[in-house]
Amino acid sequence: MNTNVPGINITIGGLLARTALIVLVILWTLPTFGLFVSSLRDKDQLIVSGWWSALSTSQESEQGRTATSDVEVERDGTYVIAGNIFGENTSKSVDTYGGGFLPDTDDVEYAENEQVGIRDYQAGETVDLGDGVTFTLNTDGSYEWVSPIPLEEGRGKRFFVITTIPPTFSLQNYREVLDSEGFGQAFINTFTVTIPATIIPIAVAAFAAYAFSWMEFPGRQLLFVIVIGLLVVPLQMSLIPLLRLYNSIGEFFGVAAKSYPGIWLAHTGFGLPLAIYLLRNYIGGLPREIIESAKIDGASHFDIFVRLILPLSIPALASFAIFQFLWVWNDLLVALVFLGKTDDQIVMTSKLRELLGSRGANWEILTSSAFISILVPLLVFFSLQRYFVRGLLAGSVKGG
Amino acid sequence: MGQIISALVAIVLGVGALVLYFFGSNLILDTLIPDRAEPDGRVLESREKDRERIRPWLFVGPALILLGIYLVYPAIQTFILSFRDSDGEGFVGIRNYTWALENPEFRTSIRNNILWLLIVPFLSTVFGLLVAVLADRVSWGNFAKSLIFMPMAISFVGASVIWKFVYDANLPNPGQPIPNQIGTLNAVITSLGFQPQAWITVPVWNNIFLMIILIWIQTGFAMVILSAALRGVPDETLEAARIDGANEVRIFFNIMIPQIMSTILVVLTTITITVLKVFDIVQAMTNGQWDTNVLANLMYNLMFRGGGDFGRSSAVAFVLMIAVIPILIWNIRRFQQEEAMR
Repeated sequence: MNTNVPGINITIGGLLARTALIVLVILWTLPTFGLFVSSLRDKDQLIVSGWWSALSTSQESEQGRTATSDVEVERDGTYVIAGNIFGENTSKSVDTYGGGFLPDTDDVEYAENEQVGIRDYQAGETVDLGDGVTFTLNTDGSYEWVSPIPLEEGRGKRFFVITTIPPTFSLQNYREVLDSEGFGQAFINTFTVTIPATIIPIAVAAFAAYAFSWMEFPGRQLLFVIVIGLLVVPLQMSLIPLLRLYNSIGEFFGVAAKSYPGIWLAHTGFGLPLAIYLLRNYIGGLPREIIESAKIDGASHFDIFVRLILPLSIPALASFAIFQFLWVWNDLLVALVFLGKTDDQIVMTSKLRELLGSRGANWEILTSSAFISILVPLLVFFSLQRYFVRGLLAGSVKGG
Repeated sequence: MGQIISALVAIVLGVGALVLYFFGSNLILDTLIPDRAEPDGRVLESREKDRERIRPWLFVGPALILLGIYLVYPAIQTFILSFRDSDGEGFVGIRNYTWALENPEFRTSIRNNILWLLIVPFLSTVFGLLVAVLADRVSWGNFAKSLIFMPMAISFVGASVIWKFVYDANLPNPGQPIPNQIGTLNAVITSLGFQPQAWITVPVWNNIFLMIILIWIQTGFAMVILSAALRGVPDETLEAARIDGANEVRIFFNIMIPQIMSTILVVLTTITITVLKVFDIVQAMTNGQWDTNVLANLMYNLMFRGGGDFGRSSAVAFVLMIAVIPILIWNIRRFQQEEAMR
């Protein structure tokens, strides 16, 4: 079945491969895309129609209420209460209205049909309320209630409206989440946790990795094998003793058991095995001649490491930095155990988990806060993907 | 604003202390054990050899101390605590383990962990391999890989929100028509004429819907590693097979797969470790309700629920530890073989 024309390579297999890949890519991106689209939608539309219909208009029924006599004015011998049921600035428009204080019918046949309890009036149509009183609701939501005698209305009358909502996209949900849900603060907290928890382990691990690669000391091999073993030890093995340790240190010194320095050190400890392993793979792979010729010139290991090896290791350091950054940023478990849930300590993952419980049906809040929390990792990921991939490869297929 | 400043100060202080330690300790070492020199500064005898007996410990010291405090000591302590009561004080023998074996929630968690272990590593690897192979054949392969890889950057909690939205269900009241669905999966299902389902509340199957989230994340990882390994398969081997008339499918199964088998194993074990520790997804999606609990989440809940039961929680953690021991040993063996080839 090959139709191999030079330059054009189309086979049935090739076509199948292409289709399969397109399907996979769509399956993998659609969930995130749906979340993103939804986070930009109007919160009323979000709960009545799927994100894929974001570009079409939707209909909704809602309640309207007239103003009271407080705003009543006299005009040409009549008394008028006027206003707008949508308030200022809306993209909604009225389709039909009726019910409430508006007469359901002036037609007997209509009334017998129990399905139609409410008579629909077209937007702009004037409803006769008898005794010369009329009510009109226009497409833009403005209404006029006109009467020959003063309307003594203390509470405002109720009626129902079918509205059309055009597709609208705005950052309103984001504004709400950042301001009133405290997500802005959580964003800052996450940064506060992540930056030191990324930098400290790199520094500690780089020195250790150099020592494991190029220095002689008793127990070197055994200690490194222990590091390899620690690579896979579940975090769960550490939590309880550390929680107890932190609590007793906190009690002993009269300080808070849950603090930023506490979580920085915890993340440092948990990140070290991978950091040492990755950096040793890289630093140990540097040519021996560099180190030996510097030794002959009388340089100490400290000079060699700081002046020669560290600058050469930047790519490996960057790889690990991205790993650690993403891991700490995305972590939930360590944050739950070592940080409090107060506003000044809660991180975004923890906040999101709370929102999932308490605001599980408020998709406008969930979608926008989830997107805020994944925005920074996505930026880091797409701008530094090369280093990330390099780190992954060094971490798992070294020599294999 | 105040917090940002104090965070910055803390960063400067923390990193400053580290720099001070490394430079300072090495400087002190150089001063304490100086070279023997003439008064005019000519070095008679270098004592770098003596200094080099101490210097490695200055280099690895901080790392060893941190590893000791945060991983080695707690692991031993957890093992000891698993034989103690809920306060971690009184000795109870193996009662925490016998309690676990009889506890229905623990059993469900074990069953679910096994299901996760059987399904997630395998499917992530299969999808990853599929994408790696397919993407090599099209001009936009790198773009496709990038998109499939993207979920790797997303937190498990973020991914849970994304998928909870996909699984969202708007169930009809009895006798009422099916309402509009905003969850993608139910929209597809209802458009095909089926009833919408509350996917994450239907036992046994709901586990699959949670697993999909992790597969979605881990496929990118498998793809990247396997893609690199596939590129390492020599072209001559593939060409030779093509000349012998083997079709692409046979080449894939009989040549490519055996050639990258060791990498496939690495990918499988790495994802296995991740799966064993899966916590965030279950915690965020169901918190173990509707028979979806797993060991890591059970351990966390035992740690805090009702004032916390350190003994039982430690026992559950240690069960997780036992599960990773074979992989731990395999990793060390692999490392020693690599070292031998160095």
